Amino acid sequence: MGLALGTAAVVLVVLLWELARPTLKRTLARVHELWAAHARGGAPTGYDPGRERRAEQRARSLLRSCVSDRDWAMYRDLGFLRVWGGLGGHGRGADASYAYLIYPHKPIVAYVPDTGELLNEYCVAFPDHSKPFGSARLPDSDDVLAKWMALTADERRLVGEANMHLPGRQVDPDRVRRDLVRLRRWERESLPLQRAGDSVRAA
Amino acid sequence: MKLLRMKPGHGEIVLAEGDVEVPEQELELIEAFRRELDAGMWAAVPTETSGGRREAELVKSFGEVPRDAERVIFFPRAAGGEPAAATL
Repeated sequence: MGLALGTAAVVLVVLLWELARPTLKRTLARVHELWAAHARGGAPTGYDPGRERRAEQRARSLLRSCVSDRDWAMYRDLGFLRVWGGLGGHGRGADASYAYLIYPHKPIVAYVPDTGELLNEYCVAFPDHSKPFGSARLPDSDDVLAKWMALTADERRLVGEANMHLPGRQVDPDRVRRDLVRLRRWERESLPLQRAGDSVRAA
Repeated sequence: MKLLRMKPGHGEIVLAEGDVEVPEQELELIEAFRRELDAGMWAAVPTETSGGRREAELVKSFGEVPRDAERVIFFPRAAGGEPAAATL
């Protein structure tokens, strides 16, 4: 009787071990990975689906606080920013002989405002090699703000750091032309509203 | 004055905050500023011209930061981007 019970107990233990072994192995491997990441000083490895969204919200707030109300409205409504070129001798502003379109995580596109002719693409990135959350890529609006700050502060330097290509290398020229049409329409429609807003504020 | 840094997956974080007129706080700001430059960051001060135009100024030392600046934004230095196969 005792021998039978003992044998049954041994068989039970072996069966339970066989059943639990894969789970145990996975758990141990996971603990090992977490421990290795901790030892490397890395960030938490768990995926947080809301993190990128929250990061983008913070980035949008920062962008909004840095650019003018008009530029913010342009980015909010159209998804890109226009920056006037400052190296053409006409000064930076609506009289500039060329301008740039800044898209998030896409090359900066230079064009001639009077004709809509596309000039160049300037491929530039701001990789953070510390990869705090496993990625070197800034949130979209931070990427736009970094380009905006670098362009308005030191256009020549940024253009010098970028890889220059002819239009169409990465950004579809037809899309840019459509965006320029959208921009013109947006300016026609938003200017009266903005003037009305300025009048109300002045009053 | 606030020192902010753009961070992937997070947005900006506050690195340091203090009054430049208080020596101890200014020292902390200077140290944080140097750490970021040593890490290869670019530093920009958002400004507004007398005509009301918004732009930024890149600064290479704490001494170049206007004393009345409210914030300095650090971001990774620009690098020529990778060519991509697909178009936008």
